[in-house]
Amino acid sequence: MTQVLLVGTDCSECSDRAVAYATKLAKVANSHLYVVHVINWSPYTFNTPRENEERHQRRENELERAHSQIIDPIVKDLRSKGVDAEGVIRHGHPAETLSELANELDATNIIIGRKGQSLIKAKLFGSIASTLVQIADHPVTVVP
Amino acid sequence: MSIIKSGLTLLGLFISMPVFADSGIDSRINEAIEPFANAVAGFIFLSFPIAGVPIPFVLVWLIAGAIFFTFYFRFINFRAFRHGFQLVRGDYSDPNAPGEVTHFQALATALSGTVGLGNIAGVAIAVSLGGPGATFWMILAGLLGMSSKFVECTLGVKYRNEYSDGTVSGGPMYYLSKGLAERSDKLKSLGKLLAVMFAIFCVGGSFGGGNMFQANQSFKQVVAVTGGDASWLADKGWLFGLVIAALVGLVIIGGIKGIARVTSKIVPFMAVLYVTTGLFIIFSKSSEIPAAFAAIIDGAFSAEGISGGVIGVLFQGFKRAAFSNEAGIGSAAIAHSAVRTNRPVTEGFVALYEPFIDTVVVCTITALVIIITGTWNPSVDPSEGVALTSAAFESSISWFPWILTLAVVLFAFSTMISWSYYGLKAWTYLFGESMITDIVYKVMFLSFVVIGASMELGSVIDFSDAMIFAMAFPNMLGIYFLVPVVKKELNEYWADYKAGRLQKFGKAANRA
Repeated sequence: MTQVLLVGTDCSECSDRAVAYATKLAKVANSHLYVVHVINWSPYTFNTPRENEERHQRRENELERAHSQIIDPIVKDLRSKGVDAEGVIRHGHPAETLSELANELDATNIIIGRKGQSLIKAKLFGSIASTLVQIADHPVTVVP
Repeated sequence: MSIIKSGLTLLGLFISMPVFADSGIDSRINEAIEPFANAVAGFIFLSFPIAGVPIPFVLVWLIAGAIFFTFYFRFINFRAFRHGFQLVRGDYSDPNAPGEVTHFQALATALSGTVGLGNIAGVAIAVSLGGPGATFWMILAGLLGMSSKFVECTLGVKYRNEYSDGTVSGGPMYYLSKGLAERSDKLKSLGKLLAVMFAIFCVGGSFGGGNMFQANQSFKQVVAVTGGDASWLADKGWLFGLVIAALVGLVIIGGIKGIARVTSKIVPFMAVLYVTTGLFIIFSKSSEIPAAFAAIIDGAFSAEGISGGVIGVLFQGFKRAAFSNEAGIGSAAIAHSAVRTNRPVTEGFVALYEPFIDTVVVCTITALVIIITGTWNPSVDPSEGVALTSAAFESSISWFPWILTLAVVLFAFSTMISWSYYGLKAWTYLFGESMITDIVYKVMFLSFVVIGASMELGSVIDFSDAMIFAMAFPNMLGIYFLVPVVKKELNEYWADYKAGRLQKFGKAANRA
């Protein structure tokens, strides 16, 4: 059976190394690679009525942008290199959503890049990588 | 572009204000508007005597409706309470369709429009005029009002307009016109008439309770903490009004999202702070809690020294509850209808929490603080409004009025933002959507902020009440024709719910 890999991407350039690493793994084991982008969103926010009214439209725009600017170019590039890649876009908390997706797709490994933020900033606001390491039910590879 | 718009707004503000000698502006605005405000209030609050007390018909109208809905939907306000919470928590939200407006968000948005000065100043007025007993009737009105909210918010979602660009518009204008037309051809023109009436009153309400009352009472509180009559600001309501109008203008005309976003983050925090502090004061005087409840119960059924006796007390409680939670008024249906769901009745369940949080929780806490601290006494001037609540908190925590001032201004601000939206929706329903109609409404709205801050409470509160309560006539009348529609939706959904045919998701699925 083919193994399933999941790589989280923030934007097309900043996740270069994570994608490159995932590609290498995928080629070695001939895996199915999901390229995932999570749009930061919470169901428990306080919005103005105007924001709510336009939410559906805005969501469509967000998905459209995530496809055209982030996921689609990466997937296209990977496929041209012969990788069995597929794009996934979700709304939600980045770390939680990646972890849930990994469960759902039964991934063998979650691969994400690390933002080069300072230690203090990471301590104060938490980082997606460290949160994911804490909560994920599957092995996590953090690519520096 | 937005600079031009803001410039236009300021111009409009100055034109709309009689610019006379600096010191007399407030009293001149008051003199000019007062007779008109009183006339409007007199008409809406047309009363007939019950047991010798003049009771405004609109109040009987609201309460009778709330009682009818409570029985017709077999105590939906209690039996769907738990399920409503599950929906707010997201137990039934499909994780594959996130990013849309959730039940929580729709409720939070509607709440920030209702939790406002009504919960702080309005309750003080009720307790001043009606005594502690008014609290009892206020809570009862809050519980019954939940059923009215259930019906109007379900209808708001069911008959909303979904446009091709993905935006949605809902509210009584739409359910009255579309809903009644769907019932029968004969009702079509009635529905249209009611929708137009509602929209006109809603525009008025957005200038009154959703605006002038908020501006007026937050100004009073700012004056009170900065030294009362001796304050530099004391006779400069117009100046305070201009500043608030400019800020509101930046959001609604300038489209400055940052301000609205910051406010929408701070307001819930202030609400929690207000409630926690209130509870702290109540429990720090825990030995007096039984006496306070005794005073509330006694006062509710044997009102000595209150004008109008028991009926007078009941009237004050019901009136302030209705003004605060707006159940039956129809305003919240506009905010609730933005939710993303294919079962309209779910938003009705969620909407039950609005009068509950607003009236049964927040208003009751205000009332208890006023009663327990002994700040209430029959000789207090009822026009004090927010000042009475402030004094009650101050008697326990001397510096709290400063926090309260911040809370009051923020509540007022967020309520104004919400009501400017409700009013605009009604306005564009009447006059169509265009840049011009849009800007005309917004400039008028901002002018009323200044007027409200400059006027005396008496006429402001009568006019605010009148406009808001007027919305209840067309709204409730139309709803009576539409209750079978809601009943059908409710029965279908409830059968699915009881039979376990509704899918739960995430952690909730494991719990089940």
